[in-house]
Amino acid sequence: MSAGHVVAPVTAGDGEVSRPAHQGDPVLEIRGLCVDYGWGEEAVHAVVDANLTLRRGQVLGLAGESGSGKSTLAYAATRLLREPGVITGGEVLFHSRPNAQSGPDAMAGSADLLDLNEGDLQRIRWSEISVVMQSALNALNPVATIGHQIEDVLKAHRPDLNRAGRIRRATELLEMVGITGDRLGSYPHELSGGMRQRAMIAMGLALEPQVVIMDEPTTALDVVTQREILEELVRLRDELGFAALFITHDLSLLIELADEIAVMYAGRLVERAGSESLFRAPRHPYTYGLLNSFPPMHGERKAMTGIAGSPPDLRSIPSGCAFHPRCLHAMDRCSVDVPELVPLSTGPLPHGSSPREVACWLHDPQSAEPVPEELNQPDPADPVSPEEEKA
Amino acid sequence: MTETVTAAPVLEARNLTKHFHVRRGLRPRSTVHAVENVSLTLPRSAVTAVVGESGSGKSTLARMLARIITPTSGELLLDGQQVPIGQRKRQEYSGRVQLVLQDPFASLNPVHSVRYHLTRPLKIHHMTDGDLDGTMESLLRRVALDPPARFIDKYPHELSGGQRQRVAIARALAVQPDVLLADEPVSMLDVSIRLGVLNLLADLREKSQLAILYVTHDIASARYLADKIVVMYAGELVEEAPSAELTDSPAHPYTQLLLSAAPDPARPEPPSLAGRGAPPSLVSPPPGCRFHPRCPHAMAVCREQRPPTVAVSPGHSAACWLHASDLSPAQAKPLSVQAKPGPAKQAAGAVKPPSRTAEPSKEG
Repeated sequence: MSAGHVVAPVTAGDGEVSRPAHQGDPVLEIRGLCVDYGWGEEAVHAVVDANLTLRRGQVLGLAGESGSGKSTLAYAATRLLREPGVITGGEVLFHSRPNAQSGPDAMAGSADLLDLNEGDLQRIRWSEISVVMQSALNALNPVATIGHQIEDVLKAHRPDLNRAGRIRRATELLEMVGITGDRLGSYPHELSGGMRQRAMIAMGLALEPQVVIMDEPTTALDVVTQREILEELVRLRDELGFAALFITHDLSLLIELADEIAVMYAGRLVERAGSESLFRAPRHPYTYGLLNSFPPMHGERKAMTGIAGSPPDLRSIPSGCAFHPRCLHAMDRCSVDVPELVPLSTGPLPHGSSPREVACWLHDPQSAEPVPEELNQPDPADPVSPEEEKA
Repeated sequence: MTETVTAAPVLEARNLTKHFHVRRGLRPRSTVHAVENVSLTLPRSAVTAVVGESGSGKSTLARMLARIITPTSGELLLDGQQVPIGQRKRQEYSGRVQLVLQDPFASLNPVHSVRYHLTRPLKIHHMTDGDLDGTMESLLRRVALDPPARFIDKYPHELSGGQRQRVAIARALAVQPDVLLADEPVSMLDVSIRLGVLNLLADLREKSQLAILYVTHDIASARYLADKIVVMYAGELVEEAPSAELTDSPAHPYTQLLLSAAPDPARPEPPSLAGRGAPPSLVSPPPGCRFHPRCPHAMAVCREQRPPTVAVSPGHSAACWLHASDLSPAQAKPLSVQAKPGPAKQAAGAVKPPSRTAEPSKEG
């Protein structure tokens, strides 16, 4: 493991490496994003009114089952969505703060990614926002060496670098993710699954982007390799200060990794909270059920139930709250009205955080029903627990 | 959940070994040592989990038990009777031992209905007693596809992943087997419906007194479902124990590594991995213990001799020299592995090092 590597700036400027000084500032704000597959009557609403804020230096986890719209959300936000996917509304604000690694024509200030033309998008991709795909074997070109593919990225975005400089930088990048430099000449099929995924991460970080989006980057890997890559990722995040959107179905993994977690169900965000709060004190019945679908590694072995039923088909989403047919606490209004994602508290917050949110009628202040006990556990992030407040 | 594993084994594997011979282009023939000398018992009314990474040989083992793959050597015993290694009497055997595969999207034929999938084994194994529909209905009820009429004429694409896997299990149950081999039965399913299928397997263990083999890479689900867990590494069985004991006090350094790497939200701080790297090539596996190149506790003897299977406590055994008694000082000399000694020792302390004094009595 090449611990403690500091990546030297490629640009031969004043030698000033910009270190993240604005941790916690929003870098990517997704507002009211809606995505459909298909048009008109036939359209399937894959993402409905998604609001998410990605902050500098933080890992935001996006959890959901297959078909929940989590990947669609990420691809739409980065304008990588393919036909028949259509973005039908919303905005994706990118607050750029170019660092020393950014190219000469780097964008500064804020822009709505959904409004940018192809040329502007091309400048931002890789250099400011990069995506690490799930299947490294499919995402890498099988007939080009790893080194060649990293060089391609550098060639397109760093025209000032000559070939020797590109090779030096590619070697540096591979070593940064724990692959020896002599692997530059290897083809993807000559690398193990873990090494391919590391190479993908190296490529994603090649231009020190401000935002890295990772779509199930470790799902196909064995646990030991997965753990090694996650360690690497956290170290690089601390070192380079990028913000990461980490998409996975493995909520138990996210709780260990992410600063904040958003849970998606049937195209909608149903809960968002700090990972410790989400784990210790879930507020949405789906989050609670999901957490109880992962058997614990310690303690007494007892029967667990998971969640009854199965995730809905997006072509026929249940009315009202999409989760109500599987929900143990469903009330009459749940099958009629769609609950909005609303903040749970309004108190003052430390910099770089937002109040936890939930989309569930159980937590509606006007609701006469008491909140079920398991959905009302004291939040570890709260200074005063609800019980103490009552007392 | 039953904690005791006392019943006599229905199916027993003794010293199963599988070597695959491969030839690539003009290169000389090489041998993949996929499974080496694995012995395993599957008692009635119990779930035995086989845990390991990809390439550890766990699926090859399940397929040998299902007699889809013929072992290179070793023997199978069904009810204490030796099963001939050849393909003779294959059907009689498959009437007793059934295999459920990982991917219910691939293991069901997309052009046939649920009815067809259930009719085939019933007819081939003459299980009908005239009332074909009644038998099929009770099968679907057993896997909680209720009411059966809603599912019997569906095609695989009309069912969800969980429902498909239930049909695959119903098909395996059609012949009224005594042994059910499940190879990663839930890993392709959505998280929220995995437990439902695991609970179904637990149910079948109680109600049908099945001997179940649960092959998985997910040690947490093995702990949840299984009575006993065996851990495989690079084709070899490295540890075997009642499931809670294995996860609470692992004796083999590889098991400790696996447990420290597994996601665990309740963990107070990030784990430290002792024994990084990847499993070895099975074409030329390392001599001695196959884990020794990665092992933070490796000694001189680990490089030279295969470790004995040592009983750590009743029902708990590990194939590791650390638990063997009477090692000479030369044998016990630590190997200078690539891992720096400092962090390795530190990590060992964190993961509870195997104590060399824990009543080391050799088994067998």
